[in-house]
Amino acid sequence: MKPMDVLVVGAGPAGLAAATAASRNGCRVAVLDDNPAAGGQIWRADITRPHHEDAARSAAIAAFHTSGAALLPGRRIVDVRSPSTLLAEAGGHFETYRWDRLILGTGARERFLPFPGWTLPGVFGAGGLQALVKGGYSVSGKRIVVAGTGPLLLAVAAHLREYGASTITVAEQASALQILPFAVSLMRSPGKLLQGAGYRKALGDTPYQTGCWPISAQGDEELRSVTLTDGKRTWTIECDLLACGFHLAPNTELAQLLGCTLQEGFVRVDTQQQTSVPNIYCAGEPTGIAGVDAAQVQGEIAGLAAADCNPIPTSLLARRAKEAAFGRRLTHAFRLRPEVLKLASQETIVCRCEDVTFGQLQTRSNWTDAKLHTRCGMGPCQGRICGAATEALFGWQPTSVRAPLFPVPVAAFCDETSSLNAPSAR
Amino acid sequence: MPAFDLAIIGAGIVGCACALEAARAGLRVVIVERGVVGGGTTAAGMGHVVVMDDSPAQLALTAYSRSLWRTLAPQLPADVEYESRGTLWIAADDEEMTEVFSKQATYARAGITSQVLDPRGLAEAEPYLRSGLAGALLVPDDGVLYPPVAAEYFLSEARRLGAVLLPGHEVGRCGKGRIQFTNGASIEAERILLASGANIDLLPSLPIQKRKGHLLITDRYPGVVSHQLVELGYLKSAHKLTADSVAFNIQPRLTGQLLIGSSRQYGDDSREINHAILRSMLERAIEYMPCLKGLSGIRVWTGHRAATADKLPLIGPTADPTLFLAMGFEGLGITNAPGAAVLAVDALLGRASAIDAAPYLPSRIQQEAVHA
Repeated sequence: MKPMDVLVVGAGPAGLAAATAASRNGCRVAVLDDNPAAGGQIWRADITRPHHEDAARSAAIAAFHTSGAALLPGRRIVDVRSPSTLLAEAGGHFETYRWDRLILGTGARERFLPFPGWTLPGVFGAGGLQALVKGGYSVSGKRIVVAGTGPLLLAVAAHLREYGASTITVAEQASALQILPFAVSLMRSPGKLLQGAGYRKALGDTPYQTGCWPISAQGDEELRSVTLTDGKRTWTIECDLLACGFHLAPNTELAQLLGCTLQEGFVRVDTQQQTSVPNIYCAGEPTGIAGVDAAQVQGEIAGLAAADCNPIPTSLLARRAKEAAFGRRLTHAFRLRPEVLKLASQETIVCRCEDVTFGQLQTRSNWTDAKLHTRCGMGPCQGRICGAATEALFGWQPTSVRAPLFPVPVAAFCDETSSLNAPSAR
Repeated sequence: MPAFDLAIIGAGIVGCACALEAARAGLRVVIVERGVVGGGTTAAGMGHVVVMDDSPAQLALTAYSRSLWRTLAPQLPADVEYESRGTLWIAADDEEMTEVFSKQATYARAGITSQVLDPRGLAEAEPYLRSGLAGALLVPDDGVLYPPVAAEYFLSEARRLGAVLLPGHEVGRCGKGRIQFTNGASIEAERILLASGANIDLLPSLPIQKRKGHLLITDRYPGVVSHQLVELGYLKSAHKLTADSVAFNIQPRLTGQLLIGSSRQYGDDSREINHAILRSMLERAIEYMPCLKGLSGIRVWTGHRAATADKLPLIGPTADPTLFLAMGFEGLGITNAPGAAVLAVDALLGRASAIDAAPYLPSRIQQEAVHA
């Protein structure tokens, strides 16, 4: 198989922009994504409303398609087979992809923080619940508390409300004082300001309570109520669902498996978006949580760089700098208050795959120590959930990433091109 | 006078077992570790407590060590996950079946219980093995355990008896009763015991080679495998000192997960996965147990065994009268940790040993090799 000139992993805003730029400049480009359609997490297609379009999404996808780049959806990268070969799973089949230049646009996932009751059925990630609803899950008439931190909470609450949910409250752990400078700075980005205002309007009479966070969720078989606090007062709200997320954690696993250097938890890139490994580029949230606009401009720069279109236009570099500054303000505004790092009790589960409690982890000294001695992060999710939590709780930096990135049948290691039936675990 | 009678370098399972044995003997012990307790060679392997009969000396040490594990077993904390699973040495054909009988005779002479299984007995014991196998030797008293937690258990018992852990310290030089750390600090001790697994940076002339291995762990499938399963062909492949080899070797964990091995490679000090080796290792495993191919594999990793030419460890004094070794355990560091600890402390104190310690003495190998 001939290697692709440019292979892009991730068909979100960063990956689409990168592929479009590289393809327009004469490269043979393919984009792999594990979802059935382009858009990534933020532009996830809504099967219940196929004609309801986000303008930015439509423009990006149209530009991508006219550029001539190929989209290969439904393919999940599971392993690195050689320095320039990736192994992907596609519905039980395995395929290898070779490349001359690789661009990683692997996005971010929600960060969860453990608190008593967070593992109850009925407690969802905020973005996770939104994705479920877009996939057809009905929340009509459901009483939902949205809690945690980050701009995603507003967007999710507005979306759930549109689908007929009764959003009781949005509890944002950051204080009004903390968020205010960020909100004011949005004056410099009218598009973002309008989007925020639109969400607020869509929320109607649902209160947006700043400086307020969940301390526990109650229920036997499933969620019955959520207890919130503002630090002084504590109250309990009956509800059917809790949509909860504490901002985002970058998906850096593939970059790490490829040997790319991380810096403070993010993939280190140079001015051309190139990682520490030559010919591997990275754009979007893995390089720093800064939102969709940053992802798009970084993606475009990465695509141009991968196509050897130098120098990069200064207008793009200026936009990237502006969006990076936005990202820094975003991170600062929604930084975690110390109280939300102390919600877990001794018995609260932190690692759901291996049932490791907060109490078991407290005595460990670092991530490797915790993994080896408690099996935290050693289950099928390979620490994707608990790793982000323990990084926030204890300051542990995940050390190494082990193949495969996602569980695969043993036979996938034997013949990567063979066709396999996905087995049922347990 | 130095503050410590004994400084142990390396808090792996061997170093920790030595710390406990020395603390029990009343020595003032410090144990030095640069990383995580049980996080090096100890964490890389399977955790199979097994009697092996490559040589009379190997049989003596593994049988002695296994008896110590079995005595210890009732008091081990639950998270050590010690289980008396037994080993099944699987014979694929009649030639390997003759090996089964001779192995049984050897074990009987050493007082090790074992039982020959015919094809039907083997199929009953492990129904997921392929049909057509010739039989097996069941060694019922072999065990499995989770090595990092076992290392930590030894260490915590040693600390209860006054041993001191010095974590986060990397040794730059050692010898003549002194350990110099890379951070500039140093400590003195009457004796130093090097138990640094496959890492011979401190004594590069040690006749130890790194032998790389691959392991895969699956998701939880309780009941699929009941014993530690090892092909008898393993003896042929594991004996080779030069060529790369793979063998069917699978271990059931208490969690229901399966550890699938094994591979042996010389001359590859990297930690990277070698996909060709991994592939032949797993193909070998699937050949013996076809259902493995559909099980979900969640993690693959590599590690390095510390191999000597005669496949026996280096336990005892060196030319530097202050420096002792407990190194070079190849694939038997977990099994041999308790026995090696007793032998090492016997050597330190000039005590008589329960088994003949001569075959493991570093002095059996040319003297100059073990000068600091």
